[in-house]
Amino acid sequence: MTYSANIRAALEQELGGIKEKGLFKEERFILGPQKADISVEYPSGAPASDVINFCANNYLGLSSHPDVVKAAHEGLETHGYGMSSVRFICGTQDIHRTLEQKLTEFLGTEDTILFPSCMDANAGVFEAVLGPEDVMIADRLVHASIIDGMRLCASMRDTYKHSDMKHLEQKLEMHQDKRIRLIITDGVFSMDGDLAKMDEIVALAKKWDAMVFTDESHSSGFIGKTGRGVHEHCGVMGEIDIITTTLGKGLGGASGGCVSGRKEIVELCRQKARPYLFSNTVAPVIVSGAIKVLDLISGNTERRDKLEWNTNYWRQGLTDAGFDIKKGDSPIVPVMLYNAKLAQDMSRDLYHEGIYAVGFFFPVVPQAAARIRTQLSADHDQAHLDKGLAAFKKVGEKHGILGLGKKEIIEKFGK
Amino acid sequence: MDDQKKMILEYVIAEYLEEDDDQEIDCDTELISGGIVDSFSMVSLKRFLEKKYSIQIPDADASPEAFDSVNKISDLVDRFKNA
Ligand SMILES: Cc1ncc(COP(=O)(O)O)c(C=O)c1O
Repeated sequence: MTYSANIRAALEQELGGIKEKGLFKEERFILGPQKADISVEYPSGAPASDVINFCANNYLGLSSHPDVVKAAHEGLETHGYGMSSVRFICGTQDIHRTLEQKLTEFLGTEDTILFPSCMDANAGVFEAVLGPEDVMIADRLVHASIIDGMRLCASMRDTYKHSDMKHLEQKLEMHQDKRIRLIITDGVFSMDGDLAKMDEIVALAKKWDAMVFTDESHSSGFIGKTGRGVHEHCGVMGEIDIITTTLGKGLGGASGGCVSGRKEIVELCRQKARPYLFSNTVAPVIVSGAIKVLDLISGNTERRDKLEWNTNYWRQGLTDAGFDIKKGDSPIVPVMLYNAKLAQDMSRDLYHEGIYAVGFFFPVVPQAAARIRTQLSADHDQAHLDKGLAAFKKVGEKHGILGLGKKEIIEKFGK
Repeated sequence: MDDQKKMILEYVIAEYLEEDDDQEIDCDTELISGGIVDSFSMVSLKRFLEKKYSIQIPDADASPEAFDSVNKISDLVDRFKNA
């Protein structure tokens, strides 16, 4: 036994430190499937409360859709429960190829490779494609999984200020002596809900001979007229070299991710990407469900249209009520509160009003940028939104923040 | 403040502070340990210095400690300018 009392004490102390800083995360138990109306046990052991979910990435409301569940059942029957193999040994079924082809078509790219998750796709893609003679130039607000992937790659790393095209251009110019310049961005930024200026990014890439990478995890299925992503929204379909996205949010919400883009890049991932080579294949049940998801949304924009309507209604409702929300075109709507304690208090009060929406604060978001992040779903009906807005108004009034801007809120509550 | 320090300070402010930042930076401000410059963004600072002053700073010398303030960065540049 080498787990000595000293080691235990040291680790306990570290956990204590996390608690002291107010950063300790406690999970809430959802009793039943993911949808707009959920029953939650929190804290552990407490009687269940019925609340409306405003914090899932279930954008299209497909996580528990009967057709998707049925397709998953069928996949279980026809293709079994597991494959017990990585892809390149004996883990590739006909349905894996089908799903990859459907994703290629949906995203408007040349080829696609599945990964166990988008975290894995981001962890593997840079190292597989780039070398020491290249440079990665990333927006400063990209997702943590991209940062990790960049760390694993031997190329030079640089960053540009969030969505600052002038700064990006300076960087592209500075790195002209490199073999490959790869611009790296999220399509929709997950904490702020704003969209990358993909048309301007593509134009700069052409001007300065660079490639473009975008993570479309928070847009696949619903941003753009037919839900293809931010590249569709900005009119640059077919011009993105590397897209990563997840099957764990709008596209059914189970798990799995992919790299989609230029076919040589995808092939390099198949040959070299470590999370692809050394981790088990995506389970047949999930592949079958995801194929159904793509079939449901490829020929029919009803769900993304409803989500768009919900998003506009919600953004307008919060603005009219006097909340300070981050502007954007996505169903991620952050209600800015700036102060961490205020964000926690309001989240708790909302919960008591039957609204489940989580507060975020440093270090997940920058200092003095605490917020409650709300997320819309096509599973919400207007009645859900009206109830949500009424609760937000009541709680906002209680804390006296309606109509206040950043400066006033900080004056009143501190940073 | 000499021109070189002024130049580096201006670059650091333009590169790392956001427009609505109310943070003040001088030549002694701790950049890395103070959380203003992260290890990712240090690379472009090194590249900028190398191009600006036509020097080569070996990776072994480009430690976070050596980049932790404008004064320290300026000392580092001097070392390689005269090397
Ligand atoms: C922008 C972004 N990329 C990647 C991921 C990771 O996706 P996955 O859950 O498939 O690993 C997330 C999820 O949190 C995300 O928000």
